[in-house]
Amino acid sequence: MSTLRMNNLQKRYDNGFEAVPGLDLEIHDGEFLVLVGPSGCGKSTVLRMVAGLEDISGGELLIDEVVVNGMGPQQRDIAMVFQSYALYPNMTVADNIAFAMKLRKTDKTEMAAKVAEVADLLELTAVLDRKPGQLSGGQRQRVAMGRAIVRNPKLFLMDEPLSNLDAKLRVQTRAEISKLQRRLGVTTMYVTHDQIEAMTMGDRVAVLRRGVLMQCASPTDLYETPQNLFVAQFIGSPSMNVVRGTVSLSGDDIDLKVGAQSIRLSGEAAARLQGLRAYDGRDIAVGIRSEALGGDGTAIVEVNVDLVEMLGSELLVHCTVEAPAVRAIDSGVEISDQRESTIVASLDPRHPVKVGDRVQLTVDTLRMHAFDLETGDAIGRQ
Amino acid sequence: MTATINEAPPVDVTPLATKVARKASSPTGRAFVWLLAALWTVPTMGLLISSFRPEKDIKTTGWWTWFTEPTNVTLDNYSGVLKHQVGGIPFSSFFWNTVRIAIPAAIIPIVIAAFAAYAFSWMKFKGRDVLFVVIVGLMVVPLQMCLIPLLKFFGSNFFPDAFEGTTTIWIAHAIFGMPLAIFLLKNFIGSLPSEVIEAARVDGATHLTIFMKIVLPLSVPALASLAIFQFLWVWNDLLVAKVFGGGVENQPMTVALVDMVGNKGNEWQLLTAGAFVTMIVPLIVFLSLQRFFVRGLLAGSVKG
Repeated sequence: MSTLRMNNLQKRYDNGFEAVPGLDLEIHDGEFLVLVGPSGCGKSTVLRMVAGLEDISGGELLIDEVVVNGMGPQQRDIAMVFQSYALYPNMTVADNIAFAMKLRKTDKTEMAAKVAEVADLLELTAVLDRKPGQLSGGQRQRVAMGRAIVRNPKLFLMDEPLSNLDAKLRVQTRAEISKLQRRLGVTTMYVTHDQIEAMTMGDRVAVLRRGVLMQCASPTDLYETPQNLFVAQFIGSPSMNVVRGTVSLSGDDIDLKVGAQSIRLSGEAAARLQGLRAYDGRDIAVGIRSEALGGDGTAIVEVNVDLVEMLGSELLVHCTVEAPAVRAIDSGVEISDQRESTIVASLDPRHPVKVGDRVQLTVDTLRMHAFDLETGDAIGRQ
Repeated sequence: MTATINEAPPVDVTPLATKVARKASSPTGRAFVWLLAALWTVPTMGLLISSFRPEKDIKTTGWWTWFTEPTNVTLDNYSGVLKHQVGGIPFSSFFWNTVRIAIPAAIIPIVIAAFAAYAFSWMKFKGRDVLFVVIVGLMVVPLQMCLIPLLKFFGSNFFPDAFEGTTTIWIAHAIFGMPLAIFLLKNFIGSLPSEVIEAARVDGATHLTIFMKIVLPLSVPALASLAIFQFLWVWNDLLVAKVFGGGVENQPMTVALVDMVGNKGNEWQLLTAGAFVTMIVPLIVFLSLQRFFVRGLLAGSVKG
């Protein structure tokens, strides 16, 4: 049972590259925190600093309120699961699992009992005598997990442990890891680039971009109230539709002009985006998720249907709207120079829409988002 | 009605080595390889035949004339070699001297080089890369240039007298063999997956444990092939032993071989048998470890 705290944690490489400019993050006792972000965002660097495999350039790292900056990985009492599993190829499965205990000179009978217990838990009993080279990908992954859990460490660190599995096994193992973590109650930090993994597994999810924490919140909060354009577009599949719009105030209501069309926010919808009142006459980024289109809603937009994708449980409709797309890029916010952009609506699979139709989509104004075009920050109640 | 289907030409992605192997296993290729092997073996075969011919025949006719009278063989040359003495010391003790020199002189540098290769690959310290370049650079220094400085050092007060004799030869061979050994082993050990080493560190292993429990077992092919190299080199060495060995009682077989010709220039028929006597052990070593040898030569060059 432990906590992990990072105070202004920094990583600078010798060539001057700043992978992590300063990260403040806390993981509570028993919590499953997922660190997610596009490749190269520094998430693995953070994990490796926590593991002690990478030197810390500045700031503090505390495990159980003890500063561990100067400690080697072996002194931190952590267990790590690597992307490639990193099993010891010269040892059997049993030896792989027992390796850390052997180093700690654990009593032999106790060790055998623990190995048997873990093997039973992970269904590895039949392969205990095999070498890693003779195992399937899924089995190797479970051995790597076994090696981590057998030790009862203070912290679990996992570096994309599912990325080498095929899609079906990944979904299954994802659930198994979640269950296992809840059962063992060990504080866990999990790194992935896959936002679905992040959303399904984490108690909280920390979204990282270029070493900077964009938002750390529960999956629901992250999805419903993203604090900036980057999080809004990174989390969720299909990605949030974001186009440029213009704010105009009319009494208590707020009008959002998207191309030639106007969406009126009134009542609770206007109150939710109260901050827009400071933007009268200015351009902003208007965001809406695919499922907030074409369902309940008061406002209407007219669009041309370009493509219809039938997914069984839903119908993804790609439509053209006359407003430039806005997206978060590394250096901030980019507004497309095309006059039109594609938005995706997720409709009922029985909807009769066809390619080439011009349709009216209802807009759930209570689920709309607005972002500043300069900073990318969310505009909310303020 | 006919339809023409334009298929894209198949892209040949066969690696060069496979192509060569395929060509060599065709009948003409096979014949060519056999021919090459035979040509290569002719001198050795000539030597082998000569070693069984009587002294008079060796000195008057070529070895190929043996085929005309194949029954004319003798073991005299071999018994001559085995009975040969240098300064009252029998040939057999020279054989044991060679064994005594070659085994430690093969093991010592490889053990040290393995430690060094691990450090160069997986331990962070200041000046690591510079030091490695310097050591690799030492490979270009000819051994002969170091003989006199090293001899002076061994003769100086800094060097304990107790080490003189065979120990000096071990040390000299270790010194001369080290740069290549470190270079080859660093390439192999450095290419082990870094995550495995890191996993061991997270599991609580020290550098020594990682080296002993993980790196050494995984490096067996590289170590074995390097051991063969070094062993063969030391076994066949004359110069280093002659320079550093001191008295004749520490000298290896090669010295005795030279002595046979040197003192009795007209008895060179003994040399043919002597050559085979000295070759036996390296042949056994090579044949028994050749699978490592081939694998070791490729060490680090290809994955898997």
